[in-house]
Amino acid sequence: MIERLQELHDEAMIKVAEAEDLNSLQQVRIAYLGKKGPITEVMKGMGKLSNEERPLVGAKANEVRQSLQRMIEEKEKAFEEAKVLKQLEEESIDVTLPGRPVTKGSRHPLTSVVETIEDVFIGMGFQVAEGPEVETDYYNFESLNLPKHHPARDMQDTFFVSSDLLMRTQTSPVQTRTMEKHQGKGPVKIICPGKVYRRDEDDATHSHQFMQIEGLLVDEGIRMSDLKGIFEAFVKSYFGEDREIRLRPSYFPFTEPSAELDISCAICGGSGCRTCKGTGWIEVLGSGMVHPNVLRMGGFDPEKYSGFAFGMGVERFAMLKYGIDDIRHFYTNDTRFLDQFKHE
Amino acid sequence: MLISYEWLKEYIDLSDVSPEELADKLTLHGVEVDAVTHLDAEISNLVVGEVISCEPHPDADKLKICEVNIGEEENVQIVCGAANVAQGQFVPVAKVGGRLPGGVKIKRAKLRGQVSEGMICSLQELGFEGKVVPKKYSEGIYAFPEEVIPGMDAVEVLGLRDTVLELDLTPNRSDCLSLLGVAYEAGAILDREVHVPEPKIVPAKEAAEDYVKVTVEAKDANPYYGATMIRDIHISESPLWLQTALMAAGVRPLNNVVDITNYVLLEYGQPLHAFDFDRFGSNEVVVRRAREEESMTTLDGEERTLSSSHLVITNGQAPTALAGVMGGATSEVEDDSVNILLEAAYFDPAVVRQAQRDLGIRSDSSIRFEKGVDPNRVVKAGERAASLIQQLAGGSVLSQPVEYDELNREEKELDITLDRINHSLGTSLSEEDTMNILERLKFDATVKNGTFSINVPTRRQDISIEPDIVEEVARLFGYDNIPVTLPNTPSTKGGLTAAQKQKRSVRRYLESCGLHEAVSYSLTTPQKEAAFEALSAPRVHVALPMSEERSSLRTTLLPHLLDALSHNRNRNLYNVSLYEIGSVFHTDADIVTEQPEEKTYLAGAFTGLWEEHAWQGEKKQVDFFVVKGILEGLLAELKADVAFEKAEQQGMHPGRTANVLVNGEVAGIIGQLHPVTAKEWSLPEVYVFELNLAGLLGKQEDVMRYQAIPRYPAIERDIALVVDKSVSAGTLERVIRENGGNLLADVRLFDLYEGEHVASDKKSVAFSLRYLDREKTLTDEDVAAVHEQVLEGLREETGAVLRA
Ligand SMILES: [Zn+2]
Repeated sequence: MIERLQELHDEAMIKVAEAEDLNSLQQVRIAYLGKKGPITEVMKGMGKLSNEERPLVGAKANEVRQSLQRMIEEKEKAFEEAKVLKQLEEESIDVTLPGRPVTKGSRHPLTSVVETIEDVFIGMGFQVAEGPEVETDYYNFESLNLPKHHPARDMQDTFFVSSDLLMRTQTSPVQTRTMEKHQGKGPVKIICPGKVYRRDEDDATHSHQFMQIEGLLVDEGIRMSDLKGIFEAFVKSYFGEDREIRLRPSYFPFTEPSAELDISCAICGGSGCRTCKGTGWIEVLGSGMVHPNVLRMGGFDPEKYSGFAFGMGVERFAMLKYGIDDIRHFYTNDTRFLDQFKHE
Repeated sequence: MLISYEWLKEYIDLSDVSPEELADKLTLHGVEVDAVTHLDAEISNLVVGEVISCEPHPDADKLKICEVNIGEEENVQIVCGAANVAQGQFVPVAKVGGRLPGGVKIKRAKLRGQVSEGMICSLQELGFEGKVVPKKYSEGIYAFPEEVIPGMDAVEVLGLRDTVLELDLTPNRSDCLSLLGVAYEAGAILDREVHVPEPKIVPAKEAAEDYVKVTVEAKDANPYYGATMIRDIHISESPLWLQTALMAAGVRPLNNVVDITNYVLLEYGQPLHAFDFDRFGSNEVVVRRAREEESMTTLDGEERTLSSSHLVITNGQAPTALAGVMGGATSEVEDDSVNILLEAAYFDPAVVRQAQRDLGIRSDSSIRFEKGVDPNRVVKAGERAASLIQQLAGGSVLSQPVEYDELNREEKELDITLDRINHSLGTSLSEEDTMNILERLKFDATVKNGTFSINVPTRRQDISIEPDIVEEVARLFGYDNIPVTLPNTPSTKGGLTAAQKQKRSVRRYLESCGLHEAVSYSLTTPQKEAAFEALSAPRVHVALPMSEERSSLRTTLLPHLLDALSHNRNRNLYNVSLYEIGSVFHTDADIVTEQPEEKTYLAGAFTGLWEEHAWQGEKKQVDFFVVKGILEGLLAELKADVAFEKAEQQGMHPGRTANVLVNGEVAGIIGQLHPVTAKEWSLPEVYVFELNLAGLLGKQEDVMRYQAIPRYPAIERDIALVVDKSVSAGTLERVIRENGGNLLADVRLFDLYEGEHVASDKKSVAFSLRYLDREKTLTDEDVAAVHEQVLEGLREETGAVLRA
């Protein structure tokens, strides 16, 4: 019987080897290992065997079964693998075809600049204050030490709405409005972004509407050296660690002393180029110590309080930052322009 | 203000300071120099030539052949096209090989067969602006007013070996509207003396008051008037030095007397005026307010209508000058003038400023008076001019000007402590440091126990309060030398308000939806808004608009967004989605006197394809529901309770427009632009929305609380309903929700069908309902009871029947 089992084994192994797919392999399994298969048949005759032979035949039968089983499983696995491989090959795609576009919009560069600057000052403890674009003469001029007929009103050509109402020419009126709210108690630390209007013909460098960011810090014991400190922190954080600052005396009716802030030119590193008109410096904002009249009109005692204010043009910052050469781009809303800022 | 470096050197030693160094120093200390121009930068080989002969060109009407002595062994022949070239003239000649401004190179040439070796130049060709060239030479070549040696360096003779500093003065520094003022400024920076010229007059024995009387009626507006009488003068062209000085300063030479008044104006900053006394019309100068509607002709030939806010110089009858602004035509100094009356006066700044504004004149004179001239220079400037006139135009200066004098010439006194200065600046200056600065400024000061008593010179009209002194000290100490510190303020919490934060999230959300942010102008024209709101509606108008296009304040953001869509479409950019956040301005008043209501609006505009993935064949036009989806997402972001109801709105498609309701109130609109409106903007299908954003922002946000994940499974039931077409999906959903009770967790519309198998006036709408009990597992019976209730409600309220 042992020989018979061996014969069956060898015969089955040939069939396994010949099987070409899972199906025929299954046939082999049923044919040899099934309940009606020849091995089972052989086993049925084991009762007739002697006590000595029986375990030997039994062991052989198990060995043959296991061997066959193993072979079939191995072969099965090989077929499965081949099948998967085939499927994967069929499913292969051209990964270089363009992906499905996810449309992304963009933030207007002026908004980008405003938010970045807001964040820098928020980090230094400032709050963001806003005010109306149609202002009264009082807030836009008088409370800022620009009484009627002050020569410096000529610096700002104004769109009047009525004898007392106007399109604000600066974001500075928010200074007085905020100081009033503080009722004479410091500290006041605000920056005020917003649109302003002046009677300018629109061209590459002028716009009848533009954006400013005003800043104000009022408290006891504020010195001009503090203004330098805040500017240094702002410039390094906004323009980069390697930028130098320089203050130049200037004039604004609402500050005294007044100063213009220059930063070292990034393009030439200070040696002079076209962007900085050969000076190595670029003017970025106007500033100064708040004029006592302005403090007084905002309800603060100039004997006790002092402070500084500054104002910057957002378009100018954006033009410097992105190298934009025509201010009208900001207001034309050409998507070929706007789209460039979608990753900003 | 243009400052000639060479002229400035007459008042201060600049031998070791180059124009560039001076410009840098001025700028850093507060007088900004915009440009430094070397007048001779582009000129070479320019010499003086003497025109020996001048004959017509045989073959050209307009050309002349000149033989010119240019100081070399042989005369040269130059063909010249100028009409005014003549024999005997001394002229600037650019030699062959020379260069002129604008990159002009002089070459030997043949003009209509005649050799030309060089070029006789006009002043414009030498770089002067046309408006400063004397009228006599403005159409042709320049001829020197005096004899000059041929061959001499003409650059030198013409005063072109000079550098001009262009000052960009801030309005407070009117003291630098003069050479002397700039000299004082440079003197303070460089710590140097300033030499003020001493007028030398040889007065005639006759007294001026025998010839003329001065009466000032408007005493407040004219605290000083001085009239100097100069007789028997000879009007002529000014000497070269005077002409070139004026031209470098941007002033056109006229004749010796007028040139001298301009020269002194530039030198002292004190405007002067010379009248032709024989044409003055009387022997009395009367200064008074103009009468209402009084008219006069100023020397620019304009007829001016005056009012009582203006000041005039009269001959007792008619105005002969608009005080401080411009002289009158009738008494102008002309070539035949013999006797002149020289006016040196102080006019009230506000009065001059008023006239300047009302009449729209800004003269070299008015821009100085309106800022306030130095009261201590008025008389000196008059003397300086009289001495120069005597020197250059001959004549006798009658003794003593005739004066009216109530002028306050006192210096302002200011006290300030050293502590105040140091505390304001954050510096630690000593008394000596500070005193040194005050001395450099030539401020008369003493110090006692840390307090400075300062007499501010009257030339510095801008200094009136303590901080002005602080600034003077700071700028001369050098802003660069001020230390860098941080404020000692208690720490403050910086940050954005809830509304500001939300505004930022609105932007982030819309960006991520694929919209570009637009920024457009607030000023618009009512015509542009007429599509959306009646033209007659009250609006805020600009009082004196620069153009019709920018004459009123926008009441809606939509028109300019549509402009932007058109702009893009005209450039073949067809798929555009934009949004804008900005202020609109509303008023009820026809005449606006109060600040209008200013609201922050948010609007969007869409046209073209919304989605496109070409190679996979996917394309989707923007439609109402794309925009609605974006808006729903946005309002969910803002945690607003939102609903949409069909609405009609001017300018919008009547069947495709909805009001956006937030908490039951209309917060804005959404819809398709009316095709007629779209056509006005040359646009195809356009969808828009506009919201009053301000109303949606700033609500105090509740702290978000987590909700337990349900432990029991939900049960879904789908229903397909057949209803009249007029029944809206919104109504069906509302009825379902109202009848679903607590167990109904969610409703979702998943199919809409009209057509075959459904009656023509009906539609089929399918919903998926999700039932959930958070406390226990739902049984079929539980659901069946509620579900039946829902169906019953639908039947009753909407006539819906379940689709078979
Ligand atoms: Zn540079």
